Amino acid sequence: MSITKTHELHKRRFGRNVGVGLLLTAFIFIVFGMTMVKITGGDVSGALQGKGKIENGD
Amino acid sequence: MTDLSTNSSFGETQSGEARFGDYFALLKPRVMTLVVFTAFVGLLAAPVPVHPFIGFCAILFIAVGGGASGALNMWWDADIDQVMKRTAKRPIPAGKVDKGEALAIGLVLSVFSCVFLALATNLLAGALLAFTIFFYVVIYTIWLKRSTPQNIVIGGAAGAFPPMIGWAAATGQIGIESVLMFCLTFMWTPPHFWALALFMRNDYDDAGVPMLTVTHGRRSTRLHILVYTVLLAALAIGTGFTAIGGPVYLSVAVVLNALFLKGAWQIFRRDEDASETDNFKTERGFFKLSLLYLFAHFGAILIEAGLARFGLGGWG
Repeated sequence: MSITKTHELHKRRFGRNVGVGLLLTAFIFIVFGMTMVKITGGDVSGALQGKGKIENGD
Repeated sequence: MTDLSTNSSFGETQSGEARFGDYFALLKPRVMTLVVFTAFVGLLAAPVPVHPFIGFCAILFIAVGGGASGALNMWWDADIDQVMKRTAKRPIPAGKVDKGEALAIGLVLSVFSCVFLALATNLLAGALLAFTIFFYVVIYTIWLKRSTPQNIVIGGAAGAFPPMIGWAAATGQIGIESVLMFCLTFMWTPPHFWALALFMRNDYDDAGVPMLTVTHGRRSTRLHILVYTVLLAALAIGTGFTAIGGPVYLSVAVVLNALFLKGAWQIFRRDEDASETDNFKTERGFFKLSLLYLFAHFGAILIEAGLARFGLGGWG
């Protein structure tokens, strides 16, 4: 039998899950952003437009 | 936290299961604002430009590292936090978060923040953050806090590292300027906390924490506040003539140090009866001024750094 009545505890648990979800989403964006900045040498928009320099290439 | 599975009193009152905000409170958000601000100033005052996103990440990881050390501090100090009025509402003594959870959050966030700061910026910044957490948790919280009245003096170093970490994140080095910013916070901490100890006196007595007020008496504490304030004023004004100083910083430093010295002198001249009569008005005022003091000094360093970008800051 499922619990049908929502208790204040469920709200707290829901809020906690939402918080963790937002943190994980933020973490993904941070890692993605850091990666983009690092691999493009800071010129993210230039790299997206194909203006990146090719280093150590022939 | 309590187990709900067989809880017959599943009723109206709080069950003990924590809110997200309770976990966030473990990170001492108010202390974090000081960490964030001073680290931000250290990062921007550095002569090496940092990509805005990397700068943002660096400040974020420094803040998380500071928060992690706060959680570990609450884990270790749960017993005395319960006794002190000022800390009794923290998540662990309030029964909202389990001690083990605080330890786990503190450890995980410590490792996470140091590794990611090193990845985002450089190894020195990551290592400095790791040392800061170690210093705050092991040297201050576990060792010094309950064993010596100099706890605040030495432990204050932990709170003084953030601008140095910010500087290291930008430059990859430890410069004399970052050491000066460290010294400013380091020297500021004792008078700031001893003023608090004067008007929160029963807290530390009850908890058995050997604050100077407890071990050496309140007259001695008043003298210590004055001596440290004089030394701090010399350092703060002297910093105005260095590379991170300038006319704006010097003006702020002269005014605030004059006020701070005046406050320290008034505290020194007072006796307990006078303080009791007005409920420690002067001591409370000095404590509030100390908060403005630090933010204004670092704010002035930030303004000088901002002006320098337009060829206006500093002395030349």
